[in-house]
Amino acid sequence: MSEPIDDLIDKLAAESGRVRRLASPMTRAAIWLLAVGTLSALAVFSFADLPLFISRMGDAKLQLEVAGIFLTGIAAIVAAFHLSLPDRSSGWALLPLPPLALWIGSSGYSCWRQWIQYGPEGWSLGESADCFRMILGVSIPLAAALLLALAKAKPLNSVPVAAVGGLGVAAIAALLLQFFHPFDVTFMDLGIHVVAVGLVIFGSAASSRFIRQPDPQASRG
Amino acid sequence: MAAAQDGSQADYALLLREIVPLIRAVAAHHHRTPDRIDDVVQDVLLTLHRIRHTYDPARPFVPWLAAVARRRSIDALRRQFRTNAMEIRDDTSYETFTDPLANREREGREAADALAAALAALPRGQREALELVKLREMSLIEASAVSGQSVGGLKVNVHRAIKALRAKLKGR
Repeated sequence: MSEPIDDLIDKLAAESGRVRRLASPMTRAAIWLLAVGTLSALAVFSFADLPLFISRMGDAKLQLEVAGIFLTGIAAIVAAFHLSLPDRSSGWALLPLPPLALWIGSSGYSCWRQWIQYGPEGWSLGESADCFRMILGVSIPLAAALLLALAKAKPLNSVPVAAVGGLGVAAIAALLLQFFHPFDVTFMDLGIHVVAVGLVIFGSAASSRFIRQPDPQASRG
Repeated sequence: MAAAQDGSQADYALLLREIVPLIRAVAAHHHRTPDRIDDVVQDVLLTLHRIRHTYDPARPFVPWLAAVARRRSIDALRRQFRTNAMEIRDDTSYETFTDPLANREREGREAADALAAALAALPRGQREALELVKLREMSLIEASAVSGQSVGGLKVNVHRAIKALRAKLKGR
């Protein structure tokens, strides 16, 4: 063994002490989701028009859409916590894809139905600007809180971790939107939603530098 | 590793020494030179130290370690590609060493250029006297015969030339 490596091992051993083990990714994801779920429930019960939402939920199409959004959020957050650990399969990144397909498919069907029903008006811009603002406004603080939680694992490959996490928080924001946005979406609305979710994923991935491992030169000072 | 997480420094040092060959084997898949492999081994040890709290003792240790080593080794390879793609190397352009003697060859060349320039700037009589007496090492009588200057004139010119060169090259 070369001398610098031997010296480094002595130094690391000398400065090592008892460390607090990180809880399992499922536990960490559950705690994070529970905290966010509690805050979201408070906001919904305080400000949303629940009777209107409940009456709209009678539509099977909307039930599928909400289920898709809800499951995308849960799956993406769970996947992000798993991906943050070095020995977990990168296949976890695929977990949110089936519910995401359900979300996009059911929203697309809804837009198509609008188009058939209202003709060219089905392409008009509905309440898109508000939706856009709400998705970004809710996602940004949630993404910051999620990156903070993920940073505890000091992920080695932080970009996919942050990107999948970004999808998770964007889905949570879109789910909350359903309570405050009691309208059927047009194709234009759906496009704006997709852009907003894409921006959240991109922004989160771009912020991944804050949680990644430092380069060797930086770490050796 | 579980013992190391619980604070046993001796177990931790033993573990780190035992895993070095495995890390070296992973690094050797991606890197060729021993120096670079050593760099990767050190980086993996540092990384492992920083994230040792993420290891779950209920899971096998070797796949965890191999994943960390592979990831950091590939990162080092990417950094190397990036550096090679963005930078042009010129090993001699800014080369200097902490040992002054090691810089003698390069600085000697520079000093010779400066001396030649200072010599060229001297008046003709002084330059001729200095060249004949000091550089060609002629006697004053021989130099006097070649240049046509008197012995006394040669002495004065050599003295003035050396004084002028000292003033010009002072501080180098």
